[in-house]
Amino acid sequence: MVEFTLPANSKVGKGKTVKAPAGAKNVTTVEVYRWNPDDEANPHMDKFEVDLDTCGPMVLDALIKIKNEMDPTLTFRRSCREGVCGSCAMNIDGTNTLACTKSIQDIRGKTIKISPLPHMPVIKDLVPDLTQFFAQYASVKPWMQSDTPAPTGMERPQSQEERDKMDGVWECVLCACCSTACPSYWWNPDRYLGPAALLQAYRWIVDSRDESTGERLDDLEDPFKLYRCHTIMNCTKTCPKGLEPGKKIAEIKQMLVERRL
Amino acid sequence: MSQANRPLSPHLQVYTFHFTMMWSIIHRITGLGLGLGTIWLTWWLIAAATGPEAFDAVQIFSGTFIGRLLLFGFTWALMFHTLNGVRHLFWDIGKGFEMDTVEATGWAVAIGSVVLTLGIWVYGYMSMGVL
Repeated sequence: MVEFTLPANSKVGKGKTVKAPAGAKNVTTVEVYRWNPDDEANPHMDKFEVDLDTCGPMVLDALIKIKNEMDPTLTFRRSCREGVCGSCAMNIDGTNTLACTKSIQDIRGKTIKISPLPHMPVIKDLVPDLTQFFAQYASVKPWMQSDTPAPTGMERPQSQEERDKMDGVWECVLCACCSTACPSYWWNPDRYLGPAALLQAYRWIVDSRDESTGERLDDLEDPFKLYRCHTIMNCTKTCPKGLEPGKKIAEIKQMLVERRL
Repeated sequence: MSQANRPLSPHLQVYTFHFTMMWSIIHRITGLGLGLGTIWLTWWLIAAATGPEAFDAVQIFSGTFIGRLLLFGFTWALMFHTLNGVRHLFWDIGKGFEMDTVEATGWAVAIGSVVLTLGIWVYGYMSMGVL
């Protein structure tokens, strides 16, 4: 369902301001979306004045500094701090990206506005509920399905060309930036699989060792699962790993047409 | 607290209107406009079949400033939707997905639609002998 506005319990109010320590010279304001399930209150935006002279270069460094020094209740996911785990995906400065690879210097506005991945149920602060996202990932059966036994004493062989087809696909860390940047996914999160799950579906469709390509394509031939993609291209625009989910979805659509010819 | 009470995170409220989604929205709005324009066209054709009085009524309305403004918008919507439709056809055959190309073709569609619209109207006024 297309709903342009937020439901009543999700409207974002104003929060507190935490000042930088006296004597800080290079101060920038970080505005963070807060919501605590133990409060009855609506979400709100807290402002933290962060001294950049004593802060690391990335947005994640600022968040960790806020949590360590200004407000230990601030909640967010993070792990690897180098863009390979996909945990710290959030909306920074209006675009979904990984906080750990987003440089504070690259932010255009005077304040750094941070909110959770868009159009998702919020568990707390910057932590969205990704249950459905991963259920959709599981629905594309992201594992090898082959009836033919592997040759004895070796792995299933693959030519260089066959392997090349998986470049630009295997790098996906399932951070959910693309799916939650997609207006089509916002309006139909329950029935449209979204760019991330479709990119993973593509990864198994083009895998030369997988033998259930036909079933995988059958499963995607659905007005909602695949065809809610209207080539808006927010997915490719936002991907923090520089992948092209939009293009891969188009290739799945092509495969569905070509197999009928 | 139950899961049902979880708030929905902001979406349109915070997301930057990148050209990617802007062009998609304009494509949809112009598509809607074309639907309305087609009703107008149908009205014109039915009036032409009905008789001189009915036809004159449509002609007079279409000739007013508001009428011409709407027709100008209809022309632009048709040009934008057609050109952007060609962009979509290229995407359907798997071409033009690089972000630079997406941006360049988007601007080509925007500029092309304005140039074509102006061209059509200048030609129209010239053939009427006004320009």
